[in-house]
Amino acid sequence: MDMSRTVVPALDLVSLPRRQRATVAAIDWTRLALPEARRLRELGFDEGVPVEVLHRASLGSGPIACRIGRMTVALRRAVAGAVHVAPATAD
Amino acid sequence: MHAAPLVALVGNPNAGKSALFNALTGARQKVGNYPGVTVERHSGRWVLDDGRPVELLDLPGAYSLEPSSPDERVTRDVVTGASTLERRPDALVVVVDAANLDNHLRFTLQLIALGLPVVVALNMVDLAERDGLTLDAAVLSRELGVPVVPTVAVRRRGLDDLRAMVADAIGSAARPAAAGAGTQDDIVALQRRARQIAAAATVSETAARRWANWLDAVALHPIAGPLLLVSILFVMFQAVFTWAAVPADAIDAGFAALQGAIKAAMPDSFLRSLLTDGLIAGVGAVIVFLPQILILFLFILILESSGYMVRAAFLMDRLMATVGLSGRAFIPLLSSFACAVPGIMATRVIEDEKDRLTTILIAPLMTCSARWPVYTLIIGAMIPNTPLLPFVRLQGVVMFGLLVIGIAGAYVAALVLRRTVTKGASSGFMMEMPKYQVPLLRDVLLGLWQRAVIFLKRAGTIIAATTVVLWLLLSFPKPPEGSGISPVDYSVGGRIGHGIEYVVKPIGFNRDIALALLPAMAAREVAVSAIGTVYAIDDKDGGTDRITDQIRGRWTLPTALAFLMWFVFAPQCISTIAVTRRETNGWKWPLFMVGYLFAAAYIMAGITYWLAVFAGL
Repeated sequence: MDMSRTVVPALDLVSLPRRQRATVAAIDWTRLALPEARRLRELGFDEGVPVEVLHRASLGSGPIACRIGRMTVALRRAVAGAVHVAPATAD
Repeated sequence: MHAAPLVALVGNPNAGKSALFNALTGARQKVGNYPGVTVERHSGRWVLDDGRPVELLDLPGAYSLEPSSPDERVTRDVVTGASTLERRPDALVVVVDAANLDNHLRFTLQLIALGLPVVVALNMVDLAERDGLTLDAAVLSRELGVPVVPTVAVRRRGLDDLRAMVADAIGSAARPAAAGAGTQDDIVALQRRARQIAAAATVSETAARRWANWLDAVALHPIAGPLLLVSILFVMFQAVFTWAAVPADAIDAGFAALQGAIKAAMPDSFLRSLLTDGLIAGVGAVIVFLPQILILFLFILILESSGYMVRAAFLMDRLMATVGLSGRAFIPLLSSFACAVPGIMATRVIEDEKDRLTTILIAPLMTCSARWPVYTLIIGAMIPNTPLLPFVRLQGVVMFGLLVIGIAGAYVAALVLRRTVTKGASSGFMMEMPKYQVPLLRDVLLGLWQRAVIFLKRAGTIIAATTVVLWLLLSFPKPPEGSGISPVDYSVGGRIGHGIEYVVKPIGFNRDIALALLPAMAAREVAVSAIGTVYAIDDKDGGTDRITDQIRGRWTLPTALAFLMWFVFAPQCISTIAVTRRETNGWKWPLFMVGYLFAAAYIMAGITYWLAVFAGL
């Protein structure tokens, strides 16, 4: 069994459970168009910033509303999938 | 040499910039347009403590100096002095949301680096405190190297301090560009520096905003959210039709009284007929709709200033994505139900060019308030008000049906356009969701006032002029006495109408409609006054028949239905064509829009007419 693949589950903003506190681990800029990438940066997406999924517009697809820093931002799943997150350790 | 120094308000979207602008200038503001671009120019007079007048400029909100929309380009050009439309400001007031320093300080750092005198307005400090955030303005000022004034624009707190600081700043010489703030392009470095400063200026912070979360839990819920949105839209359209009845009747009665007074005071003459049958009847027929338009704008202003509009865009994004648009397009399209002109201007928030163009092209299909006079008149005259269900009557159903056909038409048009002329990669949807706020009565009233002035100016100029021209065309030359020829048929206008009749006869239109179509190019509602004028001149003997009775006597039901369908699609509005030309910088797209909408109108009206004829209606 290949254990290495299950040890660190790849978690992004699409798969992050609602209300689960996390921080941005990495952003896959190559998956984003240039204007998209720039707006994402301008809205405060950066490594180490706290992030949390607040709402999903409709079951299955539709945009996601998330808290980034102290701001609420709506983005589509295609973009959210490029934002890799690390869940905050429960204490 | 300009006498008054120019001070520009700059900041991120949702920093409360416009509220601050309104608080500082009150009603002493001008809304104009920058020539060649579609961005509104908001400026106003502001008097400093020492009596010096200052011209205050409210620049469009921007996230950075790297523009991604026409709005942001204006802001960048003005603050960097590159604008050919505006002189460089003598000082900047940078407005930041106290509860969102992390983000807003990055743009602030970019602006400070430009070297102009800067005062930072730390706005909405009350909301930040409510969120459990305590800030130290002195620390922030030290870190940024510029004066910082805590303000609450909506409660007029901190405005005196701001005035004093700006007076000092204008006096001081421009500082050399600050070193070490990072290069302009390095957003990441600036962002990290912004977060450091925000952290340093934050005295204490607790997680809060529970009530906003609770609101969003309903407003953005996958099931409750859309239900809420539909309910709000239902109440909105309901209010437009029911609340407006009383003031509209009062306006109607006022114009009728004015007509009566002139008829009593003046002998029967050319001038009296022009005044009463032409001018007052024509302009009055349009001003009657002022209450409806203001009620619609009231709702839109409240939805926008409360922060709900972006939630609506969020909910609509999935549906809009199916036709290749984004949720952002929902906001201009909703405004287009009041009027396509502000709707098309509101498309400037859409960053993607193809997306924006598609939205502009389909905006005229939303049932704007200028269509209501036409719909109301024809439906009232030709459709029986049979009750179908409790509270549901046939006339209302037809009205609603026309609204839905417009939306469906827009949906199909977007689907086709995005696969043909405005083809392109599907654009994204990424939007900041502003905090919920109770809309400020003063700001809402100010917005309504500005809309009312624009509407009344239009009624007093374009509509009055076309009505008078039509009246003249239909009145001359007079047929010879005793010839028995209808005065309308004999007139210049009547002959033009007969020419148009050849084109529109296949879709069931009669001479009266052909006559009304031409002046209705100026504005759709002119069709109502035009039909009124035709019958007023044509019906010299009796003259007492109301316009609805005239229509009932002269039109068939298939003709009436075809006429209604025509108005769902036809681009009969010079203002819309003009604003499209300005927005798209050329004649290509407005001409395309006019072409495809007329084609759609002709085909749909024709189908309606012949279906109705074959159905034996």
